[in-house]
Amino acid sequence: MRRVHPLLAGYAWLVYAFMYLPILVLVLFSFNASKFGATWSGFTTHWYAVLFGRSDVREAVTNTLLVAVSSTALSVVLGTLLGLGLWRYTFRGRTALTFLLVTPIVIPDVVMGVSLLMFYALVRHVLPFQGGLFTVLLAHVTFQVSYVGLVVRSRLAGYGPELEEAARDLGASGLRAFLHVTLPLALPGVLSGALLAFTLSLDDFVVTYFTSGSGFHTLPVLVYTSVKRGVTPDINALSTLLIAFTVLLIVVANAVGRRGGAREG
Amino acid sequence: MLTVRRFLATLGPGTVWLIVFLVLPLLIVLGYSFLTRTDFGQVGLPLTAENWQRVFGYDALFEEFVPDNLLVLWRSVWVAGLSTLLCVALGYPLAFYISFQSARRKNLLLLLLIIPFWTNFLIRIYAWIIILRPFGLFPSTLAVFLGMTYAYLPFFVLPVYSSVEKVNWTLVEAAADLGATPWRAFWVAVFPQTLPGLVAGVILTFVPALGTFVVSDILGGAKAALVGNLVQNQFGQSGDWAYGSALSFLLLGVVLLGLWVYARLAGQRGLEDLV
Repeated sequence: MRRVHPLLAGYAWLVYAFMYLPILVLVLFSFNASKFGATWSGFTTHWYAVLFGRSDVREAVTNTLLVAVSSTALSVVLGTLLGLGLWRYTFRGRTALTFLLVTPIVIPDVVMGVSLLMFYALVRHVLPFQGGLFTVLLAHVTFQVSYVGLVVRSRLAGYGPELEEAARDLGASGLRAFLHVTLPLALPGVLSGALLAFTLSLDDFVVTYFTSGSGFHTLPVLVYTSVKRGVTPDINALSTLLIAFTVLLIVVANAVGRRGGAREG
Repeated sequence: MLTVRRFLATLGPGTVWLIVFLVLPLLIVLGYSFLTRTDFGQVGLPLTAENWQRVFGYDALFEEFVPDNLLVLWRSVWVAGLSTLLCVALGYPLAFYISFQSARRKNLLLLLLIIPFWTNFLIRIYAWIIILRPFGLFPSTLAVFLGMTYAYLPFFVLPVYSSVEKVNWTLVEAAADLGATPWRAFWVAVFPQTLPGLVAGVILTFVPALGTFVVSDILGGAKAALVGNLVQNQFGQSGDWAYGSALSFLLLGVVLLGLWVYARLAGQRGLEDLV
């Protein structure tokens, strides 16, 4: 711990204030009786009641979770295998594969969105491919795979392949060595990759927007269309609930992570 | 043979996935950019360079040079650049502040940083409407700057923080012993050590800011259109997929070129540090 100049401390707290101002405003106005945002005219939970009455919101919540859970499951399997492979094998084209894995992360999401939109439109001529859950799911896996793969790879980076070889020398089968040696080492990476993939899917708007077709809405798409139509206070209520959910998720993840860390240390 | 099979079973599925759902779609975009728009928003033959001419400002209908697109591209670059600069101004000192705290407080401050990072992007943008509207600042280009800086700040701070954490402070003492002023000691002994994180943070801020259509769409109004908005328009209202493809590929090209230069300078390690 170092001595901190009061100017630096003051500046840092101003930056934090900047970060929390919009969040505070949202929470505050979700309890505002006035229909038109800017003035405060009393406390109400009316907008939460309005929100819970909206069937499109319920449907969007279900869709969002459905996509997030299924795409995370699929991308964790594919991404973990990629991460393991990049760690275990040295081969020609390893750099190219790494570049390929980094591409979905750095490519502008609007480009990824329209490229998948065009891809689906072409495939539709050959296969019965409807826009909706399925197309969004495939699109999400495509960016999630990268995050999972790179997190798993960097988690394993400190270990050498000789650990697995030692297990094999002691008579373990390939599968046994993998399950008892490699997988436990990779597990923290797999879990944080999964968490990252899950939240990226929950949060994604752009790729979902281009790949969902017309009848399928996730929460971010719903928020976008609501904002475009003109803000209503029930969106503040929805935002507040989402923020509360995020805080809960982070606190739980942090607690679990700390316990895991304690066990390791 | 067994090793080959295991190799393919490990790396195969993911690689095939990325080729089918990433490389192939991008090749389709490239292909479409050389096709002609037909009636009903379809594309077809003949092959043409017209979309690319339009991207670079040549209007085939009036046979003249109208650099509107290049102006939008230029505006996108400087809006993204200035937002990134604001992120540096806000985030770089913040990373030092967090790193100077006790372990407990550090954890808490990082948690406070991650909460906005994980709060839905659209909600964070939309909140600024409520704040700026009473001041008559919505919609405006200023709102776009604010929104972008706000949206990408956590993306910037996290990589910078992790490189500040690794700074070897004994070098500062050495510099001070040799008579350097505090500012000079910072400049020669600390700043270079934080450079990898700083560059990663700048890329993670500048690239998404360059391609965004959401922030400018929600906060900016019609006059603040960026390249991202042009692309979105071609796939929405305007329905000109061929032209939209050329625009997307231009955007992709700018990003990949920048990344390639960065990879040449920082090596593969640097590329992986971005995550």
